[in-house]
Amino acid sequence: MAQTADADFKTRLQSLLPKLVLSPSLAMVLVFVYGFIIFSVYLSFTDSRLLPSYGWVGWENYSKLWRLSHWEISLTNMGIFAALYITICTVLGLSLAIFLDQKVRAEGVIRTIYLYPMALSFIVTGTAWKWFLDPGIGLENVLQTWGWTTFEFDWIKNRDFAIYTVVLAAVWQTSGFVMAMFLAGLRGIDNEILKAAQMDGASNWNLYRRIIIPQLRPAFLSAFVILSHLAIKTFDLVIALTGGGPGRATELPATFMYSYTFSRNQMGIGAASATIMLMTIAAIMIPYLYAELREKK
Amino acid sequence: MKKIAKLMATAMVLSPTASFADGSVEVMHFWTSGGEAAALGVIRDKVVEAGVAWEDAPVAGGGGDQAKTALQARIAAGDPPAAMLMLGQNIIDWANEGILGDVNDVAAAEGWDDVLPQAVQDFNKVNGNYVAAPTNVHRTDMIWASKSAFEAIGAAYPTTWEEFNALAPRFVEAGIIPIAHGGQAWQEAYMFEALVLGVGGAEFYRKALVELDPEALGSETMRAVFAQMAEIRGMVDENFSGRDWNIATSMVINGEAAMQIMGDWAKGEFTNAGKAPGADFACIPVPKNGDGGFVYLVNSLSFFTQPRPEAASAQATLASAIMDPDVQVAFNQAKGAIPARTDVDMSSLDACARATAAEFSATDVAGTAVPTFAGTHAAQASVVGAATDVITEFFNTDMTPQEAAEQLVEAIQLAL
Repeated sequence: MAQTADADFKTRLQSLLPKLVLSPSLAMVLVFVYGFIIFSVYLSFTDSRLLPSYGWVGWENYSKLWRLSHWEISLTNMGIFAALYITICTVLGLSLAIFLDQKVRAEGVIRTIYLYPMALSFIVTGTAWKWFLDPGIGLENVLQTWGWTTFEFDWIKNRDFAIYTVVLAAVWQTSGFVMAMFLAGLRGIDNEILKAAQMDGASNWNLYRRIIIPQLRPAFLSAFVILSHLAIKTFDLVIALTGGGPGRATELPATFMYSYTFSRNQMGIGAASATIMLMTIAAIMIPYLYAELREKK
Repeated sequence: MKKIAKLMATAMVLSPTASFADGSVEVMHFWTSGGEAAALGVIRDKVVEAGVAWEDAPVAGGGGDQAKTALQARIAAGDPPAAMLMLGQNIIDWANEGILGDVNDVAAAEGWDDVLPQAVQDFNKVNGNYVAAPTNVHRTDMIWASKSAFEAIGAAYPTTWEEFNALAPRFVEAGIIPIAHGGQAWQEAYMFEALVLGVGGAEFYRKALVELDPEALGSETMRAVFAQMAEIRGMVDENFSGRDWNIATSMVINGEAAMQIMGDWAKGEFTNAGKAPGADFACIPVPKNGDGGFVYLVNSLSFFTQPRPEAASAQATLASAIMDPDVQVAFNQAKGAIPARTDVDMSSLDACARATAAEFSATDVAGTAVPTFAGTHAAQASVVGAATDVITEFFNTDMTPQEAAEQLVEAIQLAL
């Protein structure tokens, strides 16, 4: 009698155990991630300045936000940055992966070299590129002292081109990672299909265009999702590389949010900009998650 | 297991001593560079001498933004430090949040009202309560000039804008950069306020940057200020963008550039490089069209209301130490600024500091000493930030003075 009760308890405990173990972290995620997201959204409708305060102001922060030229600049920069960053990273990552997939010698070493920048923090990348691109001490100066006196490369100091230096540094950092994702995708393709296609006389170009790249769809999708959220939250790279300058030429939504929330005592407007960033990410992620979950069924 | 028990026992023994010590002050600050840390050390020694323990809580980052973020987190967690280094309007903002305590007893006993100039009181005494104690006063409308550069072209230091502007082509001809400038938004904001006072005069400065009068902000005079700024835009080297202020100072130190417009914290760079005022470099006020003037920035340690009552007496000790005449002098010898008290013996300070102190007293009496705008004394951080956007945009593009003045009016209106 007692034994069966004991066994009952044991099985019940066994089935409960995973839930028990997971519940603290679940509760913490609920409070510290979702709870604070709701709190931030709430703050965006209040008159918070230096510290959170709870005077309701409705949409005023949003209407102010959209009248700020600073926010407009951030959004334009975001558009340029995200479009170039995602496209170049994807193209470069895919080409590197395809080249590496040609059974080259020392593939392991090359792969590590390309992946390595990902191990650095964006602060390090930003600082290194800042020095490298600085016309006074970097590339321009070196080439000029070597005798190519007409050489000019001052993008980082030029407000019309500075945003492209951010793209340059970001692409350098992430394209190796995208390459690894595509490489994994390439290795997952069934060899039988490729052999069949080759027997049917498909050229290499057609092989890639018609068979391999279409099969990489999931890899494209994850690359896109990862790159787009990286793009939207880019903050440290800009801070280290240009500090948002020259002038306000490389300001992005994340740096905007930080400066309004923390240094300008306009927490309400900062929260409003954070909410808009969240909505943008959600607009990309939700269709993706939806598609992924539907496919699983 | 035993180890853990041991650790816990130690922790239990240690923690009461930390919270029940008969007095300790935790001071949050962003003074981490050599001279700044040495200056703070003078106050620390005085406090420790009085039997109060000093808990140093530095948060690095020159302008104090990082320190402010750290403070916001501490306040939100209900664990304020005893005192924190603060600037201008922030003190008033925090006082209005009801988080700052006061040291009125010490102030009354030591007669602070009589020894602090009105300008300094404005940013330490909120609604009749001393919520902060001032350590020093900086002057922001200064030009740091290289003596060797001026000797190279055989010119005297400029006293008017005409002279100032006429110097530039002569320096360029001699292969010297006329103005060493660090192209970061905050540096351009300090340059702007120096020009508002220099071109527009003290009364205009008050109207435009303190009262934020839209008419003054969009006026002919403001356009003249921007026009002078455009002149300076033509005097900097190509590579100025993003440069740190002390790198720009070093260009003046080694004679590569002739002048830098920067607050008097730049002096520390010269003295650290072994240069003497007068012999190697000159500190001159920015030229003034009107009746003189002085842009001041007050550094203060402000006091937070403490949950424990015994902490208040430790705060009082700290307040008294900050205002001690000897401490004020020793502090400013290290920091390079001038004492906040006007009744102390300045003879041990260098020539630059003595001249600045004399002008501060004089302009305070004449009413032409104006609070810094870029250092958020004259206006709130939100307004300063919005104006800085326009100023830095102006300095980095070929926007016209007309457009800049219009945008300034609009940006400030939005930030209020």
